[in-house]
Amino acid sequence: MDRMQEYKSSLIAVAAVLVALLLSVIVVPETQQAVVVRFGEPVRVINGFYASQAYGQTGAGINLRIPFAERIERIDKRIMTVDMDPQQVLSTDQQRLNVDAFARFRIVDPVRMVKTAGTIERATEALEPILTSVLRQELGRRTFRSLLTAERGEAMERIRQGLDREARQYGAEVVDVRIKQTDLPEGALQSAFSRMEAARNQQATMIKAEGQKQAQIIQGQAQARAAQIYADSFGKDPAFYDFYRAMQSYDTAFDKETAPTTILLSPDNEYLKQFRGQ
Amino acid sequence: MARRALAMAGGRGPWGGSKGSGSSGEDGGDAGGADTPPDDTRGPRNPWLPPGETGRRSASIEDIFRARDPRKRAGGGGGGGGFPGLPPRANGKSWLPLAIGATALVWLALSSFHMLGPKEEGIVTTFGRYSHTIGQGVSMTFPWPIQTVDVEDVTSIKRDTIPDGEAEKLMLTGDQNLVDLSYLVRWNIKNLRDYRFRLADPEQTVREVAEAAMRSAVAEVTLDEAFSGAGRAEIQDVTRQRMQRVLDYYRAGVLVQGVEIKKADPPASTKAAFEQVTAAQQDADRARSDANAYASKVLAAAEGSASQFDNVYEQYKLAPEVTRRRMYYDTMERVLANNPKVVMEANGVTPFLPLQELRKQAAPDSLPTVVTATPQPAQPQGSGQ
Repeated sequence: MDRMQEYKSSLIAVAAVLVALLLSVIVVPETQQAVVVRFGEPVRVINGFYASQAYGQTGAGINLRIPFAERIERIDKRIMTVDMDPQQVLSTDQQRLNVDAFARFRIVDPVRMVKTAGTIERATEALEPILTSVLRQELGRRTFRSLLTAERGEAMERIRQGLDREARQYGAEVVDVRIKQTDLPEGALQSAFSRMEAARNQQATMIKAEGQKQAQIIQGQAQARAAQIYADSFGKDPAFYDFYRAMQSYDTAFDKETAPTTILLSPDNEYLKQFRGQ
Repeated sequence: MARRALAMAGGRGPWGGSKGSGSSGEDGGDAGGADTPPDDTRGPRNPWLPPGETGRRSASIEDIFRARDPRKRAGGGGGGGGFPGLPPRANGKSWLPLAIGATALVWLALSSFHMLGPKEEGIVTTFGRYSHTIGQGVSMTFPWPIQTVDVEDVTSIKRDTIPDGEAEKLMLTGDQNLVDLSYLVRWNIKNLRDYRFRLADPEQTVREVAEAAMRSAVAEVTLDEAFSGAGRAEIQDVTRQRMQRVLDYYRAGVLVQGVEIKKADPPASTKAAFEQVTAAQQDADRARSDANAYASKVLAAAEGSASQFDNVYEQYKLAPEVTRRRMYYDTMERVLANNPKVVMEANGVTPFLPLQELRKQAAPDSLPTVVTATPQPAQPQGSGQ
């Protein structure tokens, strides 16, 4: 039992040292930056964001603090997203479009962030309406057609700048703003469908007509070519052609297959000239 | 799961159960026997239920051991530690140091040696600070919690189908039409450090960036281009490049391998109109091929006739008069041989000819021959010429 008691006191001593150590040691992972708050006043930043620093050199890892006097506020160091609800934007040519956008930001001034918003969630909540209004304001100046291709132009950059200006007061830097989705509202959707249908019907009619036209052209060309072939051949001796064709024609017209034709022959007929025995 | 595994080790562990039943009677066998069946059938018991004879299950190891101690169960407390559930060792010492030693060894082995497959990479962090990256094979690090290793499959291609499922997803094209599009994004991790440390949600980011890039690419082409093969290829290419540019700008550590359009259809409600176009195309194609068939028939006929005439004409030129005569008689012979004929004097007879009679005669006998001419009939002479 005595030995137990000894164990116990030494254990308690070790535990006390451990607790003190644990309280003064803080571990900051690479994905976080930590603001050290001494008696309510932010005094320094651990592992703050600097774009040029290599991993392992940024101050992440084990850090010390004064127990009880210093409190740690952990702020995400990574790029985060502000996602807004789809917004209806009215273009200058009075067409409506539902726009869904997102912004990406990171905290570059964690002290300011801790002082103003406190948490990332609150910062995100604060940024969302700003994103919405900047977006509507910027996109509302454009025509419908340029809204569709807004992604390319300088519109997104201007929205980013506008949002960035507001975000700085929360210690955030807006990295990027992008339109995720642009959709037609319900009414416009239906009229777009009927417009598409009308266009397709017209296309179908045109394709059919074009097919007919081409067919006729092909037939006409073939007839012309045939006529040319006939002319080239028969034109060598029109008189003989006349005779030759007449013979062919008689053969066909007075065929055995057709109904028998009674033929009246005058003895003066050319065919019967030998008949008279002259 | 971990909690349940611990409870199992306490209740019916390989050492606790077997040895306990042998020497110290009730404790191991009792607790194990009563405790484990519900574990097998119902899973962990509700810790808020009132304790039964067997003692209730608790999350903490200490509680489990306490419940298995007969003295404590009876008296409800008291000093002393150790593991009374186990039989004493041969030399009378406690099992505690041995158990701690064994656990420490296992923990050292598990958290110090890391076996990585050929596709994997691991990020080693020392108290959260990035230390180095390990690759395939066996690597050694300091044990947890000093160093932790975060292993991720980096070379395997991840596939994201957007949208999930078969729902219609309409996108606006440049000419303000709509196309129902679904596509596949293939990507892998280019830089595991960036992938882990730079973005709060890299997978979601990839999807969103893909969506933004795809929408903007589709908005730059017309509907017909979006349906055509060349247009699709261009959309895919533009989307991939744009995604890569944006992700690189975020330093996301992601390499976009490819974007493939799986489906580009007209919206469901306009399908009938689009099918009409297809039908019209088929109609037009048929009209064209019919015309072509007609053309080749006409041309073949023309060439055939012309060539026949040319051949005859070659012969005719050699002996015009004779050939002409021969052809004439040949034809007339065929014609007259096949038909009834009347030879008569030229003038004034025609009105009195019994044409009806002649026709009647013509019907039964195939070739009636009526000759009302001055000369005697001398047919063989005519045909023999």
